[in-house]
Amino acid sequence: MSCWETVQAYAFRSIGYGERLLPRDDFTICQQLTLIGSGMIWNIYFGLLALLAGFFFANLVAVAKAAQNPWFRKPADWFILIFRGSPLFIQFFLAYFLFLNLKQSTGGFAWLTSAWAGALIVLFLNTAAYSAEIFYGALRSVPKGEVEAADAYGMAGWTRFRRVVWPTMLRLAWPAYTNEAIFLFHATTLVFFSGFPAFQQKGDALYYASYFADKTFNPFVPYPIVAGYFILLTLAVISAFGLVNRYLNRHLPQEQRRKIRYRPQIIR
Amino acid sequence: MGLYWAFGTVLTLLAITAPAALVFGFGGAVAARSKILPIRWFGKSYVSIVRGVPDIAFFLFFVIALDQAFEWMRHQYMCPDWDQPIRQGNDFVVCQAAKLPQGDAPQWVHEVYGFFTAVLTFAIVFGAFAANVLYGAMNAVPKAQVETAHAYGMTAAQTFRRITVPQMWVYALPGLSNLWMVLIKATPLLFLLGVEDIVYWARELGGTKTPRFTDYPHGDWRLWYFLALLVFYLAFTKLSEFVLERVMKRLTHGQATLGGSQ
Repeated sequence: MSCWETVQAYAFRSIGYGERLLPRDDFTICQQLTLIGSGMIWNIYFGLLALLAGFFFANLVAVAKAAQNPWFRKPADWFILIFRGSPLFIQFFLAYFLFLNLKQSTGGFAWLTSAWAGALIVLFLNTAAYSAEIFYGALRSVPKGEVEAADAYGMAGWTRFRRVVWPTMLRLAWPAYTNEAIFLFHATTLVFFSGFPAFQQKGDALYYASYFADKTFNPFVPYPIVAGYFILLTLAVISAFGLVNRYLNRHLPQEQRRKIRYRPQIIR
Repeated sequence: MGLYWAFGTVLTLLAITAPAALVFGFGGAVAARSKILPIRWFGKSYVSIVRGVPDIAFFLFFVIALDQAFEWMRHQYMCPDWDQPIRQGNDFVVCQAAKLPQGDAPQWVHEVYGFFTAVLTFAIVFGAFAANVLYGAMNAVPKAQVETAHAYGMTAAQTFRRITVPQMWVYALPGLSNLWMVLIKATPLLFLLGVEDIVYWARELGGTKTPRFTDYPHGDWRLWYFLALLVFYLAFTKLSEFVLERVMKRLTHGQATLGGSQ
């Protein structure tokens, strides 16, 4: 097969289109690049949706954690502790078997045991907990003067939160939140390694990379390809979040703007 | 029984990896501060490469790569008159004597070897992060103290040994304790590296792989086993938080910082 035919056959293999059988021998660089790239579709799907949904939920949790009322504060505290204090890996396993039990005992909920829904829920809750902690920290460091100024203008309650507190909180939290987003995309690689099985060999980038590494006994090609794809993804995330950061900081003089610094972490 | 031993495996891994990573980190930080250019490049690239590449790709990659590197070195040393290429297509072929572990070695040697490569991988990856923390901490030691040491006539090595290293721990501790928490949470990855750790046993014991032909007297208990693991990790994280708080209090005692003057 020429390289272009390989791309046609395998570019959407990870979501079930194209050639059904994976290559078995005579592996070419082109095949590895195409299949691993096709697996990246899943990584992007998990990352984007979890990030989007997690953002809104994290805001809620952060506000709840900052609330005076213990009925709001305590659940938020526990939620953050549980999801930040335990390994994501274990959370995946636990969720998978929880959903499996649910399926067996009620007969319904079969869709929860597949990766596209079950793993997404876990990633969503996990990123919500991590971002909520970031937003909570930012919420506490909103300058007092701004809130007092809002009071002086006669704003209160929801209006004050929407116009003054929330934008400032977001602006302060954004550099840390960017790192959280990058980190989340890296964490999506765990999905097919933990519990959630890959049906009909529809897996993510790392799933195909380990397939190639197992078949060729040569880790020096597939894993660097994964690394390369992730570096590209990270750059894309940084530039997209950088645009938002510019928008959030547009009223500030140049030297007071907070820069996004890439501060990588490992496994959660 | 396997499950209880596996908890031991995880704790052993933590106990060995943490000091090993510190050593790697210290080496990396010293290399990155070196006055000699190639060493500095080495230290800086070690830190930035390991930190820049996604997480578990590294864990999966390193174990095979380390294994092959060891076998290749032994191969070069033990079988100098080997005339076939080592990479035959997709296969990695070394002579019999260079195989690691030896083909006829008992089972426990294989397990220990697997554990050893896992520890080394953890140490290399976490060493890079520790190096970053220690590098920052060494730079955070007040300039005046270093200058005073120079004024007393200490050489650069003496200053480093007597002033910089003892003083940097206060600045390094927040970062290092953060790293410790991450390390605790990274231990389930042992399972991916093929070591029989607690995740492995929780799957094996709780599971009924072929539900119709099972010997286990119970149904699918994996849910409860994993719940227990979750609680174990939460408790361990809480406990470390408490201990590190105490250590921090001790270290800041008498320092000219906000924490120390209280």
